[in-house]
Amino acid sequence: MRDIFNVGLLLSTIRLATPLILAALGGLFSERSGVINIALEGKMLAGAFTAAAVTYAADEKLHLGNASPWVGLLAAILAGLFIAYIYAVACIRFKADQVVSGAAINILMFGVPGFLSGAFFLSSGSTPQLPKEHLIPWTPIVIAFGMVAVSWYVMYRTPFGLRLRAVGEKPEAADAAGVSVNRIRYSGVLIAGVLAGIGGAYLSIGQSSLYSRNMTAGRGFIALAALIFGKWRPVQTMLACLLFGFTEALSIQMQGAVKLPSGEDIPVQFIQMVPYVLTIIVLAGFIGSSRPPKALGIPYQKEK
Amino acid sequence: MKNLLKELLFPLIAVLAAFVVGGILILLVGDNPIVAYRLLLGSALSWPDGIGYTLFHATPLIFTGLAVLVGFRCGLFNIGAEGQLYVAAFATAWVGITFANLPAILLVPMCCLAAILVGAFWGAIPGVLKAKFGSHEVINTIMLNFIAIALVSYFTQYHYKVPGDPILESAPIGWGAHIARLGKFVPGLPQRIPLNLAFLLALFCCLLVYLFLWRTKWGYEIRSTGSNPLAAEYGGISIKKQIVIAMAVSGALAGMVGINDVMGYRYRYYDGFSDQYGFTGIAVALLGRNHPVGVILAAILFAVLQHGGIYVDGFSEHVTKDIVQVLQGIIILFVAAEEFFKYMSGRLRIKNPGKV
Repeated sequence: MRDIFNVGLLLSTIRLATPLILAALGGLFSERSGVINIALEGKMLAGAFTAAAVTYAADEKLHLGNASPWVGLLAAILAGLFIAYIYAVACIRFKADQVVSGAAINILMFGVPGFLSGAFFLSSGSTPQLPKEHLIPWTPIVIAFGMVAVSWYVMYRTPFGLRLRAVGEKPEAADAAGVSVNRIRYSGVLIAGVLAGIGGAYLSIGQSSLYSRNMTAGRGFIALAALIFGKWRPVQTMLACLLFGFTEALSIQMQGAVKLPSGEDIPVQFIQMVPYVLTIIVLAGFIGSSRPPKALGIPYQKEK
Repeated sequence: MKNLLKELLFPLIAVLAAFVVGGILILLVGDNPIVAYRLLLGSALSWPDGIGYTLFHATPLIFTGLAVLVGFRCGLFNIGAEGQLYVAAFATAWVGITFANLPAILLVPMCCLAAILVGAFWGAIPGVLKAKFGSHEVINTIMLNFIAIALVSYFTQYHYKVPGDPILESAPIGWGAHIARLGKFVPGLPQRIPLNLAFLLALFCCLLVYLFLWRTKWGYEIRSTGSNPLAAEYGGISIKKQIVIAMAVSGALAGMVGINDVMGYRYRYYDGFSDQYGFTGIAVALLGRNHPVGVILAAILFAVLQHGGIYVDGFSEHVTKDIVQVLQGIIILFVAAEEFFKYMSGRLRIKNPGKV
């Protein structure tokens, strides 16, 4: 048992927590402004696919060499922004149901990467392999942990953060005080797009070297779970992401290495369940209470 | 009649708009949208294969569409149909394996009951959590999907797999648990097409859901809770009870997907068998305007796309079957943003004041 808990486990925890932190912080900005974000998964998929496809194109077609992953990262950010913009227009401008539109974005993004890779790479849903020197394995980790501090500062020490929180709790009051509710919500949702896009990019051009079909494998939802587990606060959310990253790292390391006294493998499925079970328990208020922003999910209708 | 046309008009516009956007995407990747759409839609019309497979694919979508519908009518968003159908399908197989020697007259109802009850149980969990602790059913159903999928995958892998089988699937269910394929009764429909009695059950469930929601006291109370919870509470309806009932009924309907897949198609539990049925059910319910008849029509539309997707994959150069998911996503987005069409039609009116 002891040889499992080593530096490797720690590093792997950090690596696995990174995309979760990025996406969850994105979700934080969106949800604190009052817009539910079950579309994190779709935004991550958009980021992951775009990053890999553009990095490949920049490398092969434009011969940008070492600059190509950065072009890929930038493209992933734009892709996340684009998806977030569609989502924002639907939910804020046209007051569509946020959960329904989020589900639509997710379904759409299950399809789009496969559709595009089929068209451009003649493959069934994956992009070509990228050379190892054209990956960015470390930068997104730095961005992720840096963003925790930045998010905390923005959220609690700037006028924007104050407005964002006000809009998510009591939009009428914020509106009366002269804050444009919709503009703040647009910002929140778009920030989520950027961060989830980076989180997705890390999966394809940081952790691995290509985009493969449905690469996020539910990480957008685990990020959402971490956000709730972290009670919609930046530092707690990071801790939740680390915990969930740790459970994933543990389940990978334990595969085949640790046996039950009876000689059987420890089923990884039970470790995989941990984040989800914890989230349900926390949301029900068994371990402290996790209260969502008051106006979460309610489109704002200005009084006439 | 006029009302019916009005109800049909908006979904039709949403579908057409989605096809236009999809067509532009197909053009952009260098294929001919008309050719692609002909493959996508045309292949469903052939007899017996096209129609048989389309109705087979429509069966689970009718169940999950109804499941989402019942939730919506109570003001609840059941994203958990995917998890509910997995646990239910596994339970169906478990009964079919454990009591494999029983005759069909006992085993068929037992297996069906397992699907319904276990689906209802898994659906009721987020209902109880919402009623008791006020925690949001959307989050809980998402979490329960992952828990369900991990749980049944564990049971399949560690306890119910045939040793040595490289595929993650359970042992076969007993003969007594098989239900007939429709090819047995319909002349010209070969039995290799897996369209089975579960399709008729799905249609029957549409009728039952209609009668339940619009002709019983329970249904009335569920709809009141959905349309105006405060007024319902004033009227003496226990909202908490309705939430649990609606989620249980919803889960039971989703669970019946297990009857189609386990008892009518594969005759075993196959891990990961659901082709996103639970999520497509959301699209089906929304496009079907949360009405059982609409659900049938929408389920058939999505089944046509699903079946046609295989042909698109095989016969077109650039377009893959992923176009189906893309179209689905765009359709829901359009249906969700109903305001968008009102806005557009408002703008058109202002531009052409003489015509309107």
